[in-house]
Amino acid sequence: MLQQIIDSVRIFQPEITLTLVACVVIILDLVFKNRPRMLAITLLIGFFITGYYLIQQMTGMTVSAFGNMFLIDPYSIFFRLLILLTSIFIVVFSLMSAELYNGKRKLGEYYVFITTATLGMFLMTGAGNLLMMYLAIELTSISSYILAGYKKEVPDSNEASLKYIIYGAVSSGMMLYGISIIYGLTGSLDFYNINTAFQTGEVNFLALVAANVLMIVGFGFKISAVPFHFWTPDVYEGAPITITAFLSVASKAAGFAIFMRYFFTAYYDPVTAALSGTLATLSGFDWNIIIAVISVATMTIGNFIALWQTNLKRLLAYSSIAHAGYMLMGVVVLSSEGVAAVLIYFAVYLFMNLGAFFIVMLIADKIGSEDIESYKGLGYKAPFMAVSLSIFLISLTGLPPTAGFIGKLYLFAALINHQWIWLAIIGVLNSVVSLYYYVKVFRNMFLRNIDEEHEQLKFNPIQVIITILLVAPTLILGLYFSPLVNLAQASVNILGLK
Amino acid sequence: MELEFLNIGILSWITFLPIIGMIIVLILPKTNWNSIRWTSALFTGIQVILAVIIFINYNRTLPGVNDINSFQFVEKVNWITVQSFPWVGKIDIDYFVGIDGLSVAMVLLTALISFIAVFASWNIDKAVKGYFALLLLLDTGMMGVFVALDFFLFYVFWEVMLLPMYFLIGIWGGPRREYAAIKFFLYTLFGSVLMLLVMLALYFSVTYVDPQTGEKVHTFNMLLMMNPAHYEPNSLLAGLHTFWRYIAYIGLFIGFAIKVPIFPFHTWLPDAHVEAPTAISVILAGVLLKMGTYGLLRISYPMFPDAMVYFAVPLAILGFINIVYGAMVAMAQTDFKKLIAYSSISHMGIVILGMSALNTQGVTGAIMQMFNHGTITAMLFLIVGVIYDRAHTRGLNEFGGLANQMPKYTGVVTVAFFAALGLPGLSGFISEAFAFLGAFQVHRWITIASTLGIVLTAAYMLWTLQRVFLGTLPEKWKTLPDINGRELFTLVPLAIIVIILGIYPSPLIDLMNSSVNHLVEFVSNGAGMSMPKP
Repeated sequence: MLQQIIDSVRIFQPEITLTLVACVVIILDLVFKNRPRMLAITLLIGFFITGYYLIQQMTGMTVSAFGNMFLIDPYSIFFRLLILLTSIFIVVFSLMSAELYNGKRKLGEYYVFITTATLGMFLMTGAGNLLMMYLAIELTSISSYILAGYKKEVPDSNEASLKYIIYGAVSSGMMLYGISIIYGLTGSLDFYNINTAFQTGEVNFLALVAANVLMIVGFGFKISAVPFHFWTPDVYEGAPITITAFLSVASKAAGFAIFMRYFFTAYYDPVTAALSGTLATLSGFDWNIIIAVISVATMTIGNFIALWQTNLKRLLAYSSIAHAGYMLMGVVVLSSEGVAAVLIYFAVYLFMNLGAFFIVMLIADKIGSEDIESYKGLGYKAPFMAVSLSIFLISLTGLPPTAGFIGKLYLFAALINHQWIWLAIIGVLNSVVSLYYYVKVFRNMFLRNIDEEHEQLKFNPIQVIITILLVAPTLILGLYFSPLVNLAQASVNILGLK
Repeated sequence: MELEFLNIGILSWITFLPIIGMIIVLILPKTNWNSIRWTSALFTGIQVILAVIIFINYNRTLPGVNDINSFQFVEKVNWITVQSFPWVGKIDIDYFVGIDGLSVAMVLLTALISFIAVFASWNIDKAVKGYFALLLLLDTGMMGVFVALDFFLFYVFWEVMLLPMYFLIGIWGGPRREYAAIKFFLYTLFGSVLMLLVMLALYFSVTYVDPQTGEKVHTFNMLLMMNPAHYEPNSLLAGLHTFWRYIAYIGLFIGFAIKVPIFPFHTWLPDAHVEAPTAISVILAGVLLKMGTYGLLRISYPMFPDAMVYFAVPLAILGFINIVYGAMVAMAQTDFKKLIAYSSISHMGIVILGMSALNTQGVTGAIMQMFNHGTITAMLFLIVGVIYDRAHTRGLNEFGGLANQMPKYTGVVTVAFFAALGLPGLSGFISEAFAFLGAFQVHRWITIASTLGIVLTAAYMLWTLQRVFLGTLPEKWKTLPDINGRELFTLVPLAIIVIILGIYPSPLIDLMNSSVNHLVEFVSNGAGMSMPKP
């Protein structure tokens, strides 16, 4: 037992590093008052060390720590890398955000909570036990509630935080109830033991369905799937934009990671050796229909509400709901192919969505507004930023030769290969709808106020470099994507196997 | 025959030269308009020279279509490889280009029209740098579509064109440019996403065995998609005359029909044409519309021969509707440019009718009409541009008696108008005759009804000529200068081609003859194999 804990600690280095970083940041903040830049740099160093340990873990093996509480497999490493990369970008964004430094706000806690949220997300990706899963979700959520309300003097930000807490509390309560039912049915909290229990004993079908619906409420909240999405636009609009970007990418990635892991390990059928989704006890009930319906609702409602938005931050919030809907399509096919497509999608979504938020932030700092109307003539005032924003939006639409197209391609490929033709058709039609609202942004930037005299907006070189760092993968992964696809496919290869 | 420079084949050069030009244009200072224009002219000019080299070196006896060995100037480089897992096979995507009789005429046309479009854009006076950069990007997209032999590559080029086109219409267009641009964008994207799904369905249905490892590999290679032997048994699109094959065919068809455009997907075209600047209308009518019909020939015909035969009559009816409806709507127009736009719909109907015949004359007529319509309609739009630049109006009823005021202009206009209405001795006549001749053997009544379109075309063309150039000259146009040297430079080469191909069409027919024969034979055999024999 003791030996096992010692062994586990050894392979728990990334998470331990994050915990230490959080402690160091608290102490530094106490000792040196109000030195946010120093904290951010400490954080970045810590994140890079975490990244180093994570890459060390990329051996292709599955290792379980603390008695299956936490699983270190290529799947969790893939997601943890994405989350870490997002966190690094967010810290860099925070360094440049005028909004955060406005009014000499103290940023010590801000950076601490980014670290704890990252830690929570790390734990979500590898959780192999319902209790661990619940704790990880709570750690992430509570950190996010505080971060969302960080602009204390702004009423919108307070509203965002409060809404987030209320929705979060209700859905996590429901999830906890679902967990307790599953524990009652199977006598275990461990995903693999739950799986074994399903295979060996008869389980009350109705209770199981009820439990899983409750679980889906919890997951649906995290990934902001319709109809659990109501918090998303308000929180995304009210929160500091760095946090909005963070929630829309990292938090969603972690939510998807645990969602897929739970369904694909607990309901994995070892007899057919495929992720058929339903075990013998569940025959006659297709989980994926529920997910397909949620997916269609999520992307359609996200896209159609986005059509009417006039605030770009809010528009991106609805668009990120729609993107969760697209990614759910990958879950629907209940196969490794679908999961790989989700991983690929997240990797490209990271760059394009963070990029879009970053530029919106920079522009808002200059012109003081996120309204699409105020973007008129921006293509002539800040050509580089406007072109970069266009590339991100094209990628979000899913047009070649950008990475977004590759993400969509793999999702639709998985659907077509498993003959979910109707879902694929709804998916592609949705991306046509999404074009319309993304184009609204191009239209204001390039098609309006062309003839006026334009005063050039200036950006400092670091901001330009960060933008390039986000644009380059968005374009390169659109034209040469074999490394990403290879990595993603290798990462799901052992999912479902102990 | 391999033509290479720096180990890169001629087709890659002709496709990506404009991109090099675009990068240079982006580097140039934005106030130096002349160097931007001349750089664009230089690169599209080299493209024309390469096109001439292709024309000279093209071997007219090789058929191509589904046979890799008889494609010419082929380049095939592995682009993307994804290793295999137990649940997903190896993925190979190639950079695979080559031309045959179906595409060579289109490559020549694209090079020519792009070059002319640069000169037609000389008087663009806002954001010149952005304009030419986008124009060159558009050029690469168009050329790429005609040379790609890998479906994935084809799709990428197909979509790359959308965005430059959106901005070219949306920034430099007329008063309703925003509406026209977004309408174009949404329509085309709607069509192309359906094409994307069909592409994926084909991808999962087609495999080949890797000769080295013996494993089965899914592929986007178009030529393998044409061979029924490569279809996996029990895959979605295996077999012939199945439900899913018809659905896939219709999905593809909508994608291509929007581009052509075939009634009822044509409503974006008049808006886009009327609002677009002259050079963009020229490209739109001259090249972009052909991508739809080219797609039908390159993809729908050989990959879905069964569905093509099954839907031949509906296709012919759509062709008839395009011809007659387009002509009738054109007749009712008072806006010069809108009239040409609808005449374009009418003329593309002839291409569709010729293709639906599925015989050598019909298909030859269709491809010739694609080329000839490209040159003739480009002329017509340039002509509209000339008068609009001077008078700032396109109202047909506001003009009259221009023949005396602008004699040189009137001369060129007459050639273009007579070519458009199919006067013997000009190129339009030959291709229309072929298309109708082919269609008449198969769809007798539809063809007879379609000839009504020719009468209508003659009517609106001559009526336009009369309204604008004959009669008395209104007082306010007494100062209009005649056509200038630059405008003549854009129009005369096209006029010469129109006249030469009208008198001696062999250079064009020879290019495509063996491919068309092969295609027709291949389609009829492919579809016939499983047709229930009576």
